[in-house]
Amino acid sequence: MEWISAIMQGTLLGGLYALFAAGLSLIFGVMRLVNIAHGDLIVLAAYMGLSTTVMLGIHPFMALLIVMPAMAGIGYVLQRGILNRTLGGDILPPLLVTFGLSVILQNTLLELYSADPQKMNAGVIETASVPVGGLTLGVLPVLTFAIAIAVIAGLQFIFYRTALGRAFRATSDNSDIAQLMGLNKAHVFGMAMALALAVTAIAGILLGVRTSFDPSVGGARLIFGFEAVIIGGLGNLWGTLAGGVILGVAQTIGAKIDPGWQLLAGHIAFLVVLAIRPQGLFPRVDH
Amino acid sequence: MPDPVLSLRKLDAHYGDFQALFGIDMEIAAGEVVAIIGANGAGKTTLLRSIAGLLKNQAGQVSYQGDTIGALRADQVAQKGIALVPEGRQLFPSLSVEENLLIGAQTGRAGQWSLGKVYALFPILKERKDQASTTLSGGQQQMVAIGRALMANPDLILFDEISLGLAPVIIKSIYDALPDIVGDGMTAMIVEQDIGKALSVSSRAYCLQEGRVSLTGATDTISRDDITRAYFGVEA
Ligand SMILES: Nc1ncnc2c1ncn2[C@@H]1O[C@H](COP(=O)(O)OP(=O)(O)O)[C@@H](O)[C@H]1O
Ligand SMILES: [Mg+2]
Repeated sequence: MEWISAIMQGTLLGGLYALFAAGLSLIFGVMRLVNIAHGDLIVLAAYMGLSTTVMLGIHPFMALLIVMPAMAGIGYVLQRGILNRTLGGDILPPLLVTFGLSVILQNTLLELYSADPQKMNAGVIETASVPVGGLTLGVLPVLTFAIAIAVIAGLQFIFYRTALGRAFRATSDNSDIAQLMGLNKAHVFGMAMALALAVTAIAGILLGVRTSFDPSVGGARLIFGFEAVIIGGLGNLWGTLAGGVILGVAQTIGAKIDPGWQLLAGHIAFLVVLAIRPQGLFPRVDH
Repeated sequence: MPDPVLSLRKLDAHYGDFQALFGIDMEIAAGEVVAIIGANGAGKTTLLRSIAGLLKNQAGQVSYQGDTIGALRADQVAQKGIALVPEGRQLFPSLSVEENLLIGAQTGRAGQWSLGKVYALFPILKERKDQASTTLSGGQQQMVAIGRALMANPDLILFDEISLGLAPVIIKSIYDALPDIVGDGMTAMIVEQDIGKALSVSSRAYCLQEGRVSLTGATDTISRDDITRAYFGVEA
């Protein structure tokens, strides 16, 4: 029973990892940009959530109404102002620039909020639990997992059922020809980053409600996100959810064996998948 | 000639240090169908890509309906009503046949072309509308590429070697559809290596040779010998 419980906890944790990963996967899929600052942007969203809840005295989930559009706006401006200039040609400039951005974000947050760990208070929901079968599951992890499914279903819908998603796919296929269709590549990429960072806002708030955070924790979030994307297979959002779940389950099982093994077990699961199936478990099948 | 829809003034084009076009002058009137012919590497594709905005020029080098558009981005040129059917079709592999057509209408320009009208022109595409574009035959892909350009309701349409790599019977069916496309006053530039095909549907022709206009005239007045000379740059 304890093992089943660990697997369930890991599965639910995987929802959070999938939220870390979805934005990464989306921007890599649309513009082949690897965003090293992704984890720090999640942390930025957590701090924005913290400030919003403190200043306005609202629940962290209500803060999403402010943090999501704010992060989307930051994403659009960041993409059009800086990142678009690094794209096209060499893969090194976007890596270097987003790495620089990561350093800037961490230091700015350190200046503004200090290195003391912070946490958002979501009230009773944090400790509430529901009995499922013979298990007791936390309401917050279950809610996080449900949100992850909803976010991925939403992204999937946008990608495959809307004109915006069509523009994303066309620009990713061939940006010159997409431009001939009247699509401004710079704007399309800006929209992709806006969408990715709106998802990051959700991830950041859920992170900040679940655990305490400080300006330095972005790197680990980036790694978890990357691992979930790679395990799931590039370019497949549902695969990313599966990747997150596998990573989460590996971590909780590792922790069950020995508390010190939590992170190591996750990395080992990632390496095993990478060694056996370098393309990930569910890579996108191109037509 | 009435006011030209499109005029090129000393248009140059470069790929890095390599110059592909040298001072091209051209004027095309509304409703005209003009053939651009020339050997492989003469600069025909470069010319169309320059007009469409994929290669940047100085603003005044390309004028269209009274505006100087040489420095505009390709998406801005598309909004103004110029559509390119690119060499090699270049459909979007991630999009279905119907999505490839729909994205052509992204500019939101009003006009007579719609999904229904494209399907009426190429009925086979309606049967294949949910398939991935890559599963179509070459001829069907070319129909999608043409339909995609028409969906933008352009005033000027640029065709780059639409017969390339297709069987003669397919080429014939596509060229048979051309009068329906350009019959309603659409202006067209048709690039072909197959001189006969290009001249048969056009009223005027330009021949390019190594990035320069080597011959121009009405298709019924220029002789085969002139063309051979302008095409290959040798005395016939
Ligand atoms: N992307 C490119 N980079 C460098 N040179 C190019 C490129 N595209 C075309 N060229 C050169 O420009 C010249 C004209 O090419 P192109 O316009 O494709 O000719 P055409 O369409 O008439 O066959 C050729 O010499 C070709 O090698
Ligand atoms: Mg060519």
